[in-house]
Amino acid sequence: MSAVSRSSHLSQPSHVAFDEVSHQFEDIEQQREAYVVGMWAFLVTEIMFFGAVFLIYTVYRTLNHAAFYEAHKQLDIGLGTLNTFILLTSSLTMALAVHWAQVRNRRAQIMALTSTLGLAGAFIVVKAIEYSHKFAHHLFPGGNFVYPDASIADQARLFFSLYFGATGLHALHVVVGMLVIGAMLTRALRDRDARADYIPVEMTGLYWHFVDIVWIFLFPLLYLIPR
Amino acid sequence: MHGSQHSHVIPIAVYLRSFVALMALLVLTIAASHVPLGTGVSSALAFTIALIKAVIVVLYFMHVRYGTRLVWVWSAVGFFWLIIMFAITLSDYVFRSIVRVQGWQ
Repeated sequence: MSAVSRSSHLSQPSHVAFDEVSHQFEDIEQQREAYVVGMWAFLVTEIMFFGAVFLIYTVYRTLNHAAFYEAHKQLDIGLGTLNTFILLTSSLTMALAVHWAQVRNRRAQIMALTSTLGLAGAFIVVKAIEYSHKFAHHLFPGGNFVYPDASIADQARLFFSLYFGATGLHALHVVVGMLVIGAMLTRALRDRDARADYIPVEMTGLYWHFVDIVWIFLFPLLYLIPR
Repeated sequence: MHGSQHSHVIPIAVYLRSFVALMALLVLTIAASHVPLGTGVSSALAFTIALIKAVIVVLYFMHVRYGTRLVWVWSAVGFFWLIIMFAITLSDYVFRSIVRVQGWQ
């Protein structure tokens, strides 16, 4: 792979111009539909991937409800709510970035992508604070795991395994999203004449909203367990 | 350019309204978690609110409402398979507690 040819593409952002139809498509509408369907096909695999995590959690919470209720009190609902607020807001700024990419408002698009990136970073910071509290309280289900109530220690360990597994996989997706949003930001910054196709931003948006949806379900499942 | 160029551009007001709805549902789900309704009802309520939030995100932020029929099918098929997976697996676990099987537990 020649780095030279790649960078020359980047220095010519009009390489895939806004309304350019690739030769395999009939028209621009068909091309855009193909992109969106392709992205959804990927998201279907992601839905099944996280679906398995949700199913495992549902089964174990049903079997150990009382212990999971006790263990979930160790989570900080305030920080969980803050992160939900942050991620929902980042979905709004991402949707706006797509909007402004569609109407070719480059400045607004750059502003919206920067906001999304900043909010995603804030989410990771809050998550890191939560994780560090759990580590400090020996609640990470590793060798140092100590639960105050020994009678439900095993079930609490199961809860925290699922907590770290599910939120860890989600946080990984947030980090990947930040890399892609960063790439979109770089692309927009180089696209001085606002000639680039909006579809890559739209695809990034679809992925980002999916990550948001996963958190929409994780938040009540982990933080709001009823008695 | 052709009129079709902007056919998929959704007004900013739609995004803002979706966001307000999502925030309202976030407040609602936290408020509901403080009301003692019993395990089953509370869990179902929290799930329903999350489902409504997800539908808002899919329809408006992800533009599915304005998408073609093919996009509709692809956006629904993953969740549809998820329902099958949950239904079959949970029916097993539900009946295990009703019909005691020798060797289980």
